Amino acid sequence: MKVAMLYARVRVEEKLLFEELQRRGVECEMIDVREVSFDLHDMTRWAQYDVVIERCISHSQAEAALSILDMFGVKCVNTYRAAHICGSKLNTTLELIRHGVPSPNVRIASTPEAALETMAAMGGQRPDGRYERPVVLKPAVGSWGRLLAKVNDRDAAEAILEHKDTLGSYHHSIFYIQEFVNKKAGRDIRTFVVGDETIAAISRTSEHWITNTARGGKAEAVRVTPELDRISVAAAKACGGGVLAIDLLERDDGEIVVNEVNYTMEFKNSIAPTGVDIPAKVVDYALGVGSGQIAISTYHMPVSGPVAGAGAR
Amino acid sequence: MATVECTECGAEIEAADNVINGEILPCPSCGAEMEVTSTKPLKVELAPEVREDWGE
Ligand SMILES: Nc1ncnc2c1ncn2[C@@H]1O[C@H](COP(=O)(O)OP(=O)(O)OP(=O)(O)O)[C@@H](O)[C@H]1O
Ligand SMILES: [Mg+2]
Ligand SMILES: [Zn+2]
Repeated sequence: MKVAMLYARVRVEEKLLFEELQRRGVECEMIDVREVSFDLHDMTRWAQYDVVIERCISHSQAEAALSILDMFGVKCVNTYRAAHICGSKLNTTLELIRHGVPSPNVRIASTPEAALETMAAMGGQRPDGRYERPVVLKPAVGSWGRLLAKVNDRDAAEAILEHKDTLGSYHHSIFYIQEFVNKKAGRDIRTFVVGDETIAAISRTSEHWITNTARGGKAEAVRVTPELDRISVAAAKACGGGVLAIDLLERDDGEIVVNEVNYTMEFKNSIAPTGVDIPAKVVDYALGVGSGQIAISTYHMPVSGPVAGAGAR
Repeated sequence: MATVECTECGAEIEAADNVINGEILPCPSCGAEMEVTSTKPLKVELAPEVREDWGE
């Protein structure tokens, strides 16, 4: 078995996965994606790996690499399909809706003017400009809770939209507008799905409405109830499957909805509270894919043979 | 345990024996993030800043 790990920054997670592979005596080549150039006419170099574990910190670099490897039949964890869906909050929401997985209400607008009216409608704008209920404006691509805006009135909406229009990159010209979910006990839930199983769950609590542990939220173990397992696995399947972290919000009335799905999951803060050896589970899965015991689906129409591009100059 | 100088403030940074390329070592003195670019000998560079598309 030969494994490669694609990375651009070795976080604690990448180190833990590497060490787990070492412990099992599995050869793992660490490949810095910043130094890679893919020869699209000769992909033979990549044929030597039974599986590539993709752990790039940059979504655009990950998505490009996975798209290429996927088309040439190199098995990857996670798949291009999962990265393509989970890397975009819009794509994620679309797949959750398609698969009937409960998720917060979302509307999409493509100009600041349309976004302003959309937010007014979703928020229930009063004559004085205040919203009946807050709305959340998010970049369609992004993570770690950055650049999320909880908007309570029209004045704030106008200011944020103007800033985005002036300062934002082209990614900010898609406006992803979500209902604000009033969280029961001020916490949210993250589950870790590997294959068909929810291996662990934590809750995250913070004084702030954004509870990410990357932003100081406190993690505590949560029991994986059958309900939590069902919705988590359904969300994972909808979003391409593999090794995924599911962010769930529990409404006041107890209903659980899927906020989003992460395909390069960070888990260093979740091992101790849950007592689950998450890197070992991930490595089990990756080796299962590498040995062919676990089937993964490709996105691109496969070219014939594993690296059929070879020699086709 | 090897040590290397922080490129920003010159303080000594320690690295564990099992350190690997690409790992981030925070400088204990100035807090800058150093990326390991070579392990034998140990070399570091200032790690790139967080980009918009970085994350999970
Ligand atoms: N609609 C919402 N209602 C209430 N809280 C929300 C909502 N959207 C996000 N949050 C809070 O903000 C956190 C981060 O949101 P989200 O996961 O959408 O952003 P992200 O930047 O992709 O972060 P992550 O690193 O978790 O992927 C959530 O875990 C939750 O605590
Ligand atoms: Mg996210
Ligand atoms: Zn320093």
